[in-house]
Amino acid sequence: MKIWMAGVVMTLGVAWAQDVERNYQLHCAFCHGRGDDGFAANLKSPRLPHAPSDAALFQIIQNGIPGTDMPPSIGLSEQEIRGLVQYVRALGRMAPERVVGNARHGEELFWGKGTCGGCHMAGGRGGRQGPDLSEVGAKRSPANLRQSLVEPEASIAGGFVLVNLTTRAGKKITGVRLNENTFSIQVRDLSDKIQSWRKSDLKEVKRELGKSTMPSYKSLSGPELDDLVAYLYSLRGGL
Amino acid sequence: MRWMMLALALPMAAQNWVTFSGNTLGHRHSPLRQLTKTNAAAMKPVWVYQIDKTDKFEASPVVVDGVMYVSEPPSDVTALETRSGRVLWKYRRVLPDDVRFCCGKVNRGVAVLGDKVYLGTLDAHLVALDAATGNVVWDVEVAPRKSGYSVTVAPLVVKDKVIVGIAGGEFGIRGFLDAYDAKTGKRAWRFWTVPAAGEKGTETWKGESYKHGSGGTWVTGTYDPGLNLIYWGTGNPGPDWNGESRTGDNLYSDSVIAVDADTGKLKWYFQFTPHDVHDWDATQVPVLVDLPWQGTMRKLLLFANRNAFYYVLDRATGEYLLGKQYVRQTWAQKELDPKGRPIRIVNTEPTEQGTLVYPNSAGATNFYAPSYSPVTKLLYVNTRDEGGVFYSRRDDYKEGSWFLAGRFISKPGEEARGAVKALDPATGVPKWEFPMFSPSWSGVLSTAGGLVFVGAHEGDFFALDDTTGKLLWRFPTGGRIFANPVSYLSDGKQQVAIAAGHAVFAFGLEGER
Repeated sequence: MKIWMAGVVMTLGVAWAQDVERNYQLHCAFCHGRGDDGFAANLKSPRLPHAPSDAALFQIIQNGIPGTDMPPSIGLSEQEIRGLVQYVRALGRMAPERVVGNARHGEELFWGKGTCGGCHMAGGRGGRQGPDLSEVGAKRSPANLRQSLVEPEASIAGGFVLVNLTTRAGKKITGVRLNENTFSIQVRDLSDKIQSWRKSDLKEVKRELGKSTMPSYKSLSGPELDDLVAYLYSLRGGL
Repeated sequence: MRWMMLALALPMAAQNWVTFSGNTLGHRHSPLRQLTKTNAAAMKPVWVYQIDKTDKFEASPVVVDGVMYVSEPPSDVTALETRSGRVLWKYRRVLPDDVRFCCGKVNRGVAVLGDKVYLGTLDAHLVALDAATGNVVWDVEVAPRKSGYSVTVAPLVVKDKVIVGIAGGEFGIRGFLDAYDAKTGKRAWRFWTVPAAGEKGTETWKGESYKHGSGGTWVTGTYDPGLNLIYWGTGNPGPDWNGESRTGDNLYSDSVIAVDADTGKLKWYFQFTPHDVHDWDATQVPVLVDLPWQGTMRKLLLFANRNAFYYVLDRATGEYLLGKQYVRQTWAQKELDPKGRPIRIVNTEPTEQGTLVYPNSAGATNFYAPSYSPVTKLLYVNTRDEGGVFYSRRDDYKEGSWFLAGRFISKPGEEARGAVKALDPATGVPKWEFPMFSPSWSGVLSTAGGLVFVGAHEGDFFALDDTTGKLLWRFPTGGRIFANPVSYLSDGKQQVAIAAGHAVFAFGLEGER
């Protein structure tokens, strides 16, 4: 049983949880999938932009979001909506886990020997090449964090795409894609500069889906990895 | 005065955009030639009209004698002066708070006949408005909204009747196509797209599953005055993604139906996807053309279907003439059987664990319109290349509630792509393709000036050379495009208009004089 489902069961009881699960599948899953794999907003997040509070989430489920495809609920009682509020909250909640490492030493590794801060931000400082990690501890489990350190391409952050561009003049540019459409592409290159190109000026646009420039940290000792995981897991951005 | 002479030399139909597809044949082609391959690069916005909603804007405007009638989400109409983009009147409908809608509070356009404008509404009514004022002339209920019915389609005027389809396939409605007297609003006939007990076709539904068999009619069809037949595409059977409760072919879902315009009686049907379990509504515009077929001139119906096959039928008889895969698909053998029936590949139906299939539920194309140019004799189709993982579950029918029995997600780790394809109607083979970064929800317009207009998903509206696919002009509207382009004369000057983001953009060679 998945952690979030266990949380729902613990909170609501088995029978009610089954009803809520059925309501989620019937009313929500069409667009939101399992929370993070649908074509609507990602619900497996500790922070929902439209619903900072449970009351706001209740109101959204009940009335929809005007001007978007999120419809008002039809045929759901207030009790059922409250069940969905708890269900959705549980989707974005990571069950707290004990970590064995020393977060303080992990922080030193992050900014020092590991040079993680050269590419990642944490708490408003650091590089911009990789995803901002200021809230990563609220979104990922310690095991997942450890896997990403040892095997960076095992799980690439959503929307992160490495691209290799070749201009008509033969110049090659590697960077992280910031935006793209049929006619142009914008990238942050490896020197942290933003470049914008018309595709008519490019000979080739190669997208390295599932690839990362991040090196593996498997050369770190076991305790060092523990410490780094403990630090990353402590980054919760107030969540 | 030269422009006025030119305008007078053109028939009214050419100056105007009188119906959803420009003509009742579904061509979405303008005979206007002022905008050409040579001067298209000089096109500029003439005006922009902003709507005050943020819902998806799917309307295809109708233009009559300098007035554009555009429907706005959720069920409103605005009349604009095409010379300036200034508002002449607005109709604003107050909707009840219990309307059911699948995929946004959308409306795809109005119809106009004489002094009236016709609008289908999200609360499943058909409304006639005074074309001069926007005042309501009559307002009739098409179907009960509490059962999940809604009207999002642009009505089609055929002689003295207003033809209107229905949406609600995701709520287990029983679909139909209606005709109403244009003067009074009295219903003239109804054709049920799912047969009733005892009628022919119920044998294609398990048990009583036909009662909630869906089969919506939510995209505007076409009409052949010579044969007096209306052609209309029908939607998916319900529930969408689990066919266990409705084994059989599920007639007349995912079909094109040909019905007598005066009586609504079925003349023939052709089902593209029997027993669909992937939500591949055949709600595309049937395109009617007369072309030589194996040496003999025939009345044809062209249909680029959501299921990734392109079809040619004889529109007088429904005879299957050609089926050709035109977009990547993995659910059926590449060749259809001699009668045009797909030969399914095993293990491609949705499962609890998920099944990867191309295309996904959005299909190889969707509700947005194709275009046929009588000049190039090519069919221009905006296509999508996107795989999906399909999941099934069990849902019991409950009136007015979702009736899906599954869902789909786009294939993880893959970026979908789109392309405008110029298909040879006789073979289904593209003469050229214009690739797009992502699949777009824009319809296509061709013009006698040699241009093909289409929108990209990210908001660029652009013009291609109709014979080569070469890019000639583009304008970044800044909004996503879910609508169909149209073209008409305003003060004798050709304009091209498209709804993009939350605005209508009108383009031409000069601004207001």
